[in-house]
Amino acid sequence: MSEPLLRVTDLVKHFPITRGVVLQRQVGAVRAVDGVSFDVAQGETLGLVGETGCGKSTTARMLARLIDPTSGKIEFDGEDLAGLKGRALKDARRQIQMVFQDPYSSLNPRKRVGSIIEEPLRIHGLLSEGDARRKRVQELMDRVGLNPEHYNRFPHEFSGGQRQRIGVARAIALEPRLLIADEPVSALDVSIQAQILNLLKDLQKDMGLTIIFIAHDLSVVRHMCDRVAVMYLGKIAEIAPNEDLYAHPRHPYTEALLAAVPSPEPGRAGRARALLGGDVPSPANPPAACRFHTRCAYADAICSAEEPLLLQRDGSVAACHHPLSG
Amino acid sequence: MSTGTLLEEVFDADLIGHPEVVAARTPSQLFWRRFRQDRVAIASLGFIVFLSLVAIFAPLFVALAGTAPPNAIDSSLLNDFGLPTGPSLAHPFGVDGLGRDVLSRTVYGARTSLEIAILATLIATGIGVVLGMLAGFFGGWIDTLISRSVDVMLAFPVFLLALGLASGCSLGNGCAGGLIQPGISTVVVVIAIVSWTYPARLIRGQVLSLKEKEFVDAARSIGASNSRILFREILPNLVVPIIVYASLMIPTNILLEAALSFLGAGVPAPTASWGAMISDATSIFNTAWWYMLFPGLAILFTALAFNLVGDGLTDAMNPRAAD
Repeated sequence: MSEPLLRVTDLVKHFPITRGVVLQRQVGAVRAVDGVSFDVAQGETLGLVGETGCGKSTTARMLARLIDPTSGKIEFDGEDLAGLKGRALKDARRQIQMVFQDPYSSLNPRKRVGSIIEEPLRIHGLLSEGDARRKRVQELMDRVGLNPEHYNRFPHEFSGGQRQRIGVARAIALEPRLLIADEPVSALDVSIQAQILNLLKDLQKDMGLTIIFIAHDLSVVRHMCDRVAVMYLGKIAEIAPNEDLYAHPRHPYTEALLAAVPSPEPGRAGRARALLGGDVPSPANPPAACRFHTRCAYADAICSAEEPLLLQRDGSVAACHHPLSG
Repeated sequence: MSTGTLLEEVFDADLIGHPEVVAARTPSQLFWRRFRQDRVAIASLGFIVFLSLVAIFAPLFVALAGTAPPNAIDSSLLNDFGLPTGPSLAHPFGVDGLGRDVLSRTVYGARTSLEIAILATLIATGIGVVLGMLAGFFGGWIDTLISRSVDVMLAFPVFLLALGLASGCSLGNGCAGGLIQPGISTVVVVIAIVSWTYPARLIRGQVLSLKEKEFVDAARSIGASNSRILFREILPNLVVPIIVYASLMIPTNILLEAALSFLGAGVPAPTASWGAMISDATSIFNTAWWYMLFPGLAILFTALAFNLVGDGLTDAMNPRAAD
């Protein structure tokens, strides 16, 4: 494989837990992301799935440099983004853009749509004032399936799906190479979800975009992604090509997630029901060794004694002492 | 409309027949529409406009009323015992202990009151908004510093502080190196100093919640600087709360000015001020009730009108809170 577009190495984000009002002292840390590594090749779509609180959004926000990683490397096209500041960071942001989860909160209610989409061009000083920029904004609106004449409207005049289109237009305004989509359809009606997903796929084809697609809905991920990374409590449990993951999960957690997907044919349970019991343990105090051992049906002594490494098995990479065979 | 959603199509279909029905409104338009339906607030706003016109055109108003200028002393208007005469055709509100016309002084007092209250409110709101935005947005030691200062200010016996500052600055060349001269500017600064804390707290809270919105992340991810996020993304969302809060602060400041003047720490004599008039009137109240009544009513109605407008704005901003 050629050099990947994005290589994430041992990315860590710990949020400190503090006590005290004036004199704060740290009493612990929420290990939101605890040593995550993966590669993304140019033009591919990598899915990032997991339950709420597993650290997938935190990972996305670190990649977009909205929050600073505690440690680790984010190499984009060979350059480490983790330490960038000021001018260099601003330039790097042009390459990586983000589509947000909530189309209601991600658009400033006080700004007109045209101005929202134009903002990235203005900030980066692209195109001259006035007509050229306006024309570009209207092109972008047309590209994402909005009526360019609605340039002067406010976000609240649009439906959820249309608002998400505005968010996509803003994200592609700078012609980024990597698009991070943080649960872009989870706030939308099911009937609208497919439209947005297809829009992202079309844009990927036309612009050669690389996409990191975050979701908790496995069927959406299956539709969108080339490879899928499953996260559990701040770590990656398994990374596998799309088809392999759905056909032959290696990690028991993946298997349980897949089993929890409702079947379209109720009479026939395709997979043996390996549902998860209990809740996700607190990321402030995660289980030792294998983080999944408290809920895993296959766990034995070694699982609570030794941390499993992410090891390659066939096409899949899984962190498990007892990987399932296909 | 091949690209629109169903909602959009319904929207446009309606638009053909009844353009007025679906005319989309901005949040500010909705705000004003709701405000206009509040009759009490509109009446109060009318009173404030009237009062402001009277204050601005005070000389004209006094000339029209045919009364003497506010500082014209006419001892012939005092009776044989040296006591002021009551309301008459020539002096509808009567005269004061020095033979000055109470109507003229009440009208000019509106000038003093409104000028001080509005200026002090603008300054206090300005300080409060800036500090509140900084505290809420940056957090950390900046927030600690600002929030603790607010706490200390709130714990202060504010009135004593105001009295001290006002008397300190009313002498000779003023204080702060001559920056604050005795007179109206002293009172304005004193009131601003003691009243910036509430808007600062309010704005800090608003910013704390606004900065968690995804549009702030979105602005950051497209490369916006902190100042751009603060002033271009967050500040526009604060306009309505700022207007509402300022409108509620004006009556408080009118009362504060009156209280300071009453205690002799307000604007220096002979400038007409409602608080000072009431203060002067206390010694002759049992014979010259009119001297206290009219400035008193002026304070009452003015403060009431501003409060009612402020309440109307609050309800219009947040219609569900009214129920």
